[in-house]
Amino acid sequence: MTLSIEHLTKEFGKNGQEMVQALADISLEIRDTEFVCVLGPSGCGKTTLLRIIAGLERPTSGRVQIDGTVIEGPNQKLGMIFQDYSLYPWRTVNENIAFGLELHGVPKEKRHRVVQNYLALAGLSDFGNSYPHELSGGMRQRVAVVRALAVEPSVLLMDEPFGALDAQTRNMLQRELLEIWEKTKKTIIFVTHSVDEAVYLADRIVVLSRRPGHICEVIPIDQQRPRDRTSFEFARVRRHVLDLINQKCSFP
Amino acid sequence: MTNQHAAPRAYNRRSLLKFLLPVAIIVGWELLAIWLDNPFILPRLESVVAVLLTPTADILGNGSLITNAATSLERVLTGFLVAAAIAIPLGISMGRYGTVHEIFDSLMQLLRPIPPLAWVPLALAWFKIGLVSMVFIIGMGAFFPILLNTLDGVKGVKKNWIETAEILGAKERQILSRVILPGAAPTIWTGLRVGFGIAWMCVVAAEMMPGTNSGLGYLIISAYNWGQVPVIIAGMIVIGIIGIGFDYLFKAIDRHSFSWRELER
Repeated sequence: MTLSIEHLTKEFGKNGQEMVQALADISLEIRDTEFVCVLGPSGCGKTTLLRIIAGLERPTSGRVQIDGTVIEGPNQKLGMIFQDYSLYPWRTVNENIAFGLELHGVPKEKRHRVVQNYLALAGLSDFGNSYPHELSGGMRQRVAVVRALAVEPSVLLMDEPFGALDAQTRNMLQRELLEIWEKTKKTIIFVTHSVDEAVYLADRIVVLSRRPGHICEVIPIDQQRPRDRTSFEFARVRRHVLDLINQKCSFP
Repeated sequence: MTNQHAAPRAYNRRSLLKFLLPVAIIVGWELLAIWLDNPFILPRLESVVAVLLTPTADILGNGSLITNAATSLERVLTGFLVAAAIAIPLGISMGRYGTVHEIFDSLMQLLRPIPPLAWVPLALAWFKIGLVSMVFIIGMGAFFPILLNTLDGVKGVKKNWIETAEILGAKERQILSRVILPGAAPTIWTGLRVGFGIAWMCVVAAEMMPGTNSGLGYLIISAYNWGQVPVIIAGMIVIGIIGIGFDYLFKAIDRHSFSWRELER
């Protein structure tokens, strides 16, 4: 898998009069199986960037290519996970996970096998017949992650996926996500506004500036996984990231 | 312990309260009927009950309460189903596609405030007396609640649900059948419930059109012409009971099938 973002800009028109620039000249190469966190203040256009990569929005100029093809609409190679889980409340957990497979006409027996695998991966084997409203936020987001994985995309796009969860659940899901990432060898682009989260997860942190969002710093994190949030080393890296942001990107 | 007992008792007292007014009305009615002593204005309770207790007996050569109720139901179901078959697809298209909305919206806004019964003369002119006229009027009554609720339901489908489906590879047809239709279903169901209620009111009125010779509406008009007030009242009670029954049925299915709507939040 190769993913390249080339000179991407995005402007939003307000009733044809005043244009608001959301993204300014973003270029980035994403390596296969890499875990990239996009970090930025709210309103910096990081969600817009993710939506353009997903093919849900057109860039004003520039382009995104995956494996040499320009992205012009939703693409099977890219999966997306929203902050609000976006599960179908009228479908059970099993039926939610099977949704993408159903769309592609995968026969029932195979669907069942795949769903069981992913249920186990999410640690939800006992909840296959539950409805989303019967699950906690953390469990719902696990379902959303494996629903996206079930159609085997090579890239997972995650839009502040753990932002609505309490701190403990968030830490647990971050740990589980890394395990899934290591098992499935996906490339992950993860949008967040939490420095802590980015330092814990990422191979590289891409820091966006205030609007119009442009890349003001790309910080590689070389620390071994699993990372220990309470360690001196983690604190040092975190401090380093914060210093860089303060100096170059002018937001805390 | 005290609390556990207090709650149901308070509940019982409150549920008794709702029978208070109907019982008072029945007692008042009976007293008034005895005092008036004129069955052409207010018959004694027992004569109405007598009609209700013999639902299979022929009334004035027009058939029984049950056969007439069945005739009315058949008409209302026909009109209701025709209305739903047009309103649901139209509502989904209007909710999903801006162009379709632009094309139909002004016409719908114009027709919506016209009461279904205002269509009676036109219906008679176009379709003559008979089933088609009645189905038309009933359909007019059911159409707009179904259409507007369908539209609302489609607009209420979360953007993320649709985008998730697009990313997972859904084609437009699949988005319509697997995301928009189930997502809007609870609101569409509300539209069907309201639409059915109005259709039921319209059938009774439609059966009072000249030239009709069956149905509950016809039965009570004919009873009026024969001065049979107990039959009028018994007919009205049957109309009310059938209306409540269907409303209850719709609500029960709603609770059973669409409970996710309330639990979602």
